[in-house]
Amino acid sequence: MSAPTKIRATTKDGLTEVRVLMQHEMDNGRRKDEAGNLIPAWYITDVTARHNGRVVLEGEFGTSVSKNPYLVFRFRGGAVGDKVSISWQDNKGETRSDEVSII
Amino acid sequence: MGVSVRETAIDFERRRALKAGAGLGLFGVLLAAGLIQPGMVNAATARAAFEAKTLDEALNALGVFSPANSPSIQLTAPEVAENGAVVPVTVESMLFRTEQICVLADKNPTTLIANLRFPEGTEGFLTTRVKMAQTSSVIVLVKADGKYYRASREVKVTAGGC
Repeated sequence: MSAPTKIRATTKDGLTEVRVLMQHEMDNGRRKDEAGNLIPAWYITDVTARHNGRVVLEGEFGTSVSKNPYLVFRFRGGAVGDKVSISWQDNKGETRSDEVSII
Repeated sequence: MGVSVRETAIDFERRRALKAGAGLGLFGVLLAAGLIQPGMVNAATARAAFEAKTLDEALNALGVFSPANSPSIQLTAPEVAENGAVVPVTVESMLFRTEQICVLADKNPTTLIANLRFPEGTEGFLTTRVKMAQTSSVIVLVKADGKYYRASREVKVTAGGC
């Protein structure tokens, strides 16, 4: 089970800033465990951010995004109490979606 | 809900895929033959770019040809990164209508790190953290108003983190 994405969305002067910390190993498939076996690649491939259901950021990750991917982005509009959600999918097909209110 | 934006992007992908048919090989052929839907190509080319081992390969896979350096892209990254596993990168594009930002590191085993699209209303601003295998350039591509631009910055990595 994946851990919840930490999201903080704040709005000021018509601009909403979203800080996101996804919880994911982001293994690139080249690292080895203590026994010397390769750890298979396991990473987030797709990310989508929505404001009240409307996509405000979307894209793909490779294996070189750091463990527990961190993103900060800004969009115009957004009022206190509006919903901001972050969804991701990884290369094993696992998905996760978390939502917060803008403060 | 963002449908028109996606369709425009797919249209562009398709045109590019047709134009760069040789580079895309089988995809171009299958697309021209109508065996693959544009949406599938969109996703497939997006993923293919992440397999690229060099900057040129990555640019080709993304369909970006000789992007101009732009002083309107501000790229912030540390001069020296003690931990290559966590290198903070901030991109701020002052270019009108920034639609897409790609982050790459030219000496990583795979060059493309992230490819993000910014719908209308989202600022051309991004902070993230990336892994770097060794000292190399961090390169960002910014697509603004339909054209690609680039900015780069050398980051010395003292302990690789890939």
